[in-house]
Amino acid sequence: MAAWGFALIQSLLYLALAPLLVGWVHKVKARLQNRRGAPIWQPYRDLYKLFAKEARMAHTASLLFRAAPYIVFVATWLAAAAIPLLSTDLPTAAMADVIVIAGLLGLARFFLALAGMDVGTAFGGMGASREMFVSALAEPAMLMAVFTLAMTAHSTNLASVVEYQLLGEPFLRPSYLFALAALVLVAIAETGRIPVDNPSTHLELTMIHEAMILEYSGRHLALMEWAAQLKLLLYAALLVNVFLPWGIAQSIRPDMLGMAFVLLVVKLALLGVALAVSETVLAKMRLFRVPAFLNLALLLALLGLMSHVILEVGS
Amino acid sequence: MNMALLSLLQQLIIVLAAAVMFSSFVLLGQVRLVAAIHAFAWQGFLVAMVTALVAASDGHGHLYFSAILTLGLKALLIPWMLHRQVRRLELDRHRESLSHPALVIMAALGLVIFSYWLVLPLVQAEMQFTRNIVAVSLAVVLIGLLMMVVRTQAVAQVLGFMSMENGLFLAAVSATAGMPLVVELGVAFDVLVAMVLFGVFFFQIREGIDSLDVDRMNRLTERTGDEP
Amino acid sequence: MSITLALQLAEGAIGLSLLSALVSFFPATIRRRVAMPLFTLSGLVALAAGLVALINGGVATAQLPLGLPWLPWQVRMDVLSGFFLSIIGVVSFAVGIYAPGYVRGFEGGKDSLRVLGGFTGLFLAGMMLVVLADDAFMFMVAWELMSLSSYFLVAWHHDSAANRRAAFLYLLMAHIGGLSILLGFGVLASFGGGFTFEAMRGAPLSFGWASVAFVLAFIGFGMKAGLVPLHAWLPEAHPVAPSHISALMSGVMLKVAVYGFIRFVFDLIGTVHWQWGVAVLIVGSLSAIIGVLLALMQNDLKRLLAYSSVENLGIIFIGLGLALLFLAEGHPLIATFAFVAALYHCINHALFKGLLFLGAGAILHSANERDLEKMGGLLRRMPWTGFFFLVGSISIAALPPFNGFVSEWLSFQAALQAWQLEGGVLRSIVPIVASLLALTGALVAATFVKVYGVAFLGQARSRAVRRARRVPLSMRAGQGILAFLCLLLGVLPTFFIDLINAVPREMLGQGLSQVSAHGWLWLTPISQQTASYGAPLVAMILFVALVLGLWLVGRGARRVRLGDAWDCGYAPPTPSMQYTGTAFVQPIRRIFGLLFQISDGVETQQDGRRRYYLQVVDRAWGLLYAPIARWVEWSSRQVVRLQSGSIRTYLGWTLATLLLLLWLVV
Repeated sequence: MAAWGFALIQSLLYLALAPLLVGWVHKVKARLQNRRGAPIWQPYRDLYKLFAKEARMAHTASLLFRAAPYIVFVATWLAAAAIPLLSTDLPTAAMADVIVIAGLLGLARFFLALAGMDVGTAFGGMGASREMFVSALAEPAMLMAVFTLAMTAHSTNLASVVEYQLLGEPFLRPSYLFALAALVLVAIAETGRIPVDNPSTHLELTMIHEAMILEYSGRHLALMEWAAQLKLLLYAALLVNVFLPWGIAQSIRPDMLGMAFVLLVVKLALLGVALAVSETVLAKMRLFRVPAFLNLALLLALLGLMSHVILEVGS
Repeated sequence: MNMALLSLLQQLIIVLAAAVMFSSFVLLGQVRLVAAIHAFAWQGFLVAMVTALVAASDGHGHLYFSAILTLGLKALLIPWMLHRQVRRLELDRHRESLSHPALVIMAALGLVIFSYWLVLPLVQAEMQFTRNIVAVSLAVVLIGLLMMVVRTQAVAQVLGFMSMENGLFLAAVSATAGMPLVVELGVAFDVLVAMVLFGVFFFQIREGIDSLDVDRMNRLTERTGDEP
Repeated sequence: MSITLALQLAEGAIGLSLLSALVSFFPATIRRRVAMPLFTLSGLVALAAGLVALINGGVATAQLPLGLPWLPWQVRMDVLSGFFLSIIGVVSFAVGIYAPGYVRGFEGGKDSLRVLGGFTGLFLAGMMLVVLADDAFMFMVAWELMSLSSYFLVAWHHDSAANRRAAFLYLLMAHIGGLSILLGFGVLASFGGGFTFEAMRGAPLSFGWASVAFVLAFIGFGMKAGLVPLHAWLPEAHPVAPSHISALMSGVMLKVAVYGFIRFVFDLIGTVHWQWGVAVLIVGSLSAIIGVLLALMQNDLKRLLAYSSVENLGIIFIGLGLALLFLAEGHPLIATFAFVAALYHCINHALFKGLLFLGAGAILHSANERDLEKMGGLLRRMPWTGFFFLVGSISIAALPPFNGFVSEWLSFQAALQAWQLEGGVLRSIVPIVASLLALTGALVAATFVKVYGVAFLGQARSRAVRRARRVPLSMRAGQGILAFLCLLLGVLPTFFIDLINAVPREMLGQGLSQVSAHGWLWLTPISQQTASYGAPLVAMILFVALVLGLWLVGRGARRVRLGDAWDCGYAPPTPSMQYTGTAFVQPIRRIFGLLFQISDGVETQQDGRRRYYLQVVDRAWGLLYAPIARWVEWSSRQVVRLQSGSIRTYLGWTLATLLLLLWLVV
């Protein structure tokens, strides 16, 4: 029962940390562009403001439009809850292994895209179409990369994968490097960052994620925004904890958890800086360059698998 | 084979071998000539690194020499020569469009699996950790050949040829700790001479048919029936 | 209760369906009151029979007072038959409830409702007889009964030439497939020394002859199941039938083909080889990918659903291929795993595809529209159908917590056990198949976002759709049953897998003993460390969190203000400004353009207006069907030469044939 309690606390930590990561990335980006930038709490203030505001809806919208923000938020949050953040002693990781996580993210995406099409505007449909297009190409790459890890650890349970990593001496695996590279590309595409999508654009022809939530306002918009921030943190946690798990607590003890928390914040901060730098340096791609980008991800994932089979197992 | 049983140096060799395989794919998928030359230089560099590390881990002194030779020749000299020629031929902004890039990449992946299947009996015979790299080297050779098939640009074909040579060299290093030094020197010299000859040929072809697109050379065929 | 009871129940179900066929020819008042209830009851009894067989296990046989003197028809009930009988039963039950309301829409039309009812009953009886047959002779007769009665159902709207053509194509393909199956049985019978399945099981087969039999069966059953490249008839034939028949054909008849394949390969041939597994895997993955891409391109709702059946059968055959592969390589436990995944997907596909076809029928019933591009906003006109269709869409898109996800999860887990294989090449191919499965899953999600978004959301694009009315209660109930089962199979997978386990235990010698070893909350096919999925927990947490979220965020009198859509501040959007289905799939069409035969462009019409046209054609027509058609035509023309008109030439041919036959016989 204690483990379940801790899982609940950790999942709440996800909710609390998600806006902070986005605020941090914005801050670093602003500094890189020689601006002072908003304080890193700004996302919290935005969320608070949106929750307090009245919601407005098009009269052509159906009930699904009102339900979608809740479903998107809850599904994303549940997916996040199954990824070890501080400790690998996590019953939710057994409840939802990595395939279920992909499924829950798929559920969120499904309703997000439907919500985009609900009002019946051109932009909403455009965003939904592009989102499904990008995700259709990203999903095989993501599962392939994850499978490489799962085949090494003989488990799809993320907590077990992390524990397998921590077992014994750290060593270099070409398959892990390829899988890491593939997952980074997939994460960029799935969280709608530059160069696939620009989270801060409202230029009609380039939007993907923003186009789908264009008609939302008030608390509905707050939930959608929060879910997007949660998704960023989810992928960040997946990357740092699966590939650099050192420091994560393997049981629920206060000292280990404290250590894990400090290390996690450092790792996430570094990842945030890397994201900000890459977003400052790179330009957004044309939509039809995105397949090449995701094909590269798939190629990397496949090479990861091949090098696992050829170089690491080699019967 | 258990990765955990290998020393750090040996693990590094395997990682680098995987990187060589990846560089082959980059070379194959690269549409810009200059970028392809850079990818080739990286491949040469990686092969040199693998050679040096094999030398360090197995204690074959003469492999250091091979590594330096590879580094100088394949990572620096030949890329530099190619680069210069591309610039002189005003091809540095040339982009070549592969007709079906995804299919080509899939074919290359198929080649990797195929070469693994070929090498498998060999690998089972003796459990030395570099044996698995033989599969990678064979894949590099085959992908180089595939590159010569799918590319129409003469310079790109030369790159494919050179990368085949990289693969052969990697195979020699990983399977038998390198060829005798004399042979290696000879091969290196051959490659250099080939490079110079290719350079001359580029200009000759260019003079002759005003392009480096080898598809234009189809007129050399004896079959003229379907020509208008 | 025993297995004999199951057999008796099954015989009763067949009797009821035949009776329902008979009653359909009575006067209209009796027909309306009795025929469909009998059909429903038949479905229910079949379901009961199947469940009894699954729970009890064992084998029961009986002889029917029919058949040839030396080969009386034998029926046999075992768990495999019981499993497929329950699939047939459950979908027929829902269809039987749905059908009266739907068929009423045809009253007073040109087409005879007697014929419809009669052949529907025969169709059901045929399918049930196929799964009960215990000898090749009866199997083929039942198979033909099924094919022929469904042919008449496909041809029911026979006043349109396109429908007649589709029906003829269906008949042709069914018979080519049937011929192939017959030859396959012939191979087994000649080695086993008899046409009973019992004799065939003992047939001593060399690898070569076993492979011949396998290939023949794979072609025959694969053609019926609509596997690529033999699929092109399926999306022509299935949508043409009335929608509740389409649901039966796509949801159930394809499963009967799967049953045939499993019976033939896993049971009758017995020993399997890894080459077969690889062949099935490749064909299955191709069907999955090509099926879903073609589904994505369709704008006719029922045609889209039919193509999606090709994809789902592909997934089922991926599971079976994995099972063959692992079985041949000596890993029976993982083979069982993949086998269970395939079986689970069989039920799932029957449920959600039945549901979706019934939903398409409801739209057809109330708006008389099949073209997606003319729909829109149906969720507000038909809220219940809209809700059930959403459940079906989520299930088919393999998203938790619905049933499609469970079978997808099981397939992935089975593929992930590839590290236990000996051959390095096989070990690298299997995960690639898994990545194709992932691509398929993502594309299915895109397909059903398109379908649901264009049909049910947004604004109506045509007058008929704007005036759509909700459908009668019976039709909603039929959909509701299937939707509820979709959720049930998604939330409580351990119960159903425990039930299905009887099938591999009988066929492969073992079941998945670990599935519910950690309680009904945890689905743990191999062990808790390897993989686990707490489906009830996921569903429960999702539900509780949703309720909590709605209460916390949307509580009290916080209403929303309604207004025009913002749409970046442009003019209020009109229905024609919405994204269309064609536009939705444009990026994917462009990326996978190589797989289709696309012709598009802008043409100037006679009145000077310009129109964009787009046609996406299945390449199977150009690559496979057209050459065969040309060859058949050419060879027929050669045969025509025989017909010279001179009677003496004919007599000459007769003499030559006679001589040849005598020579062969002696």
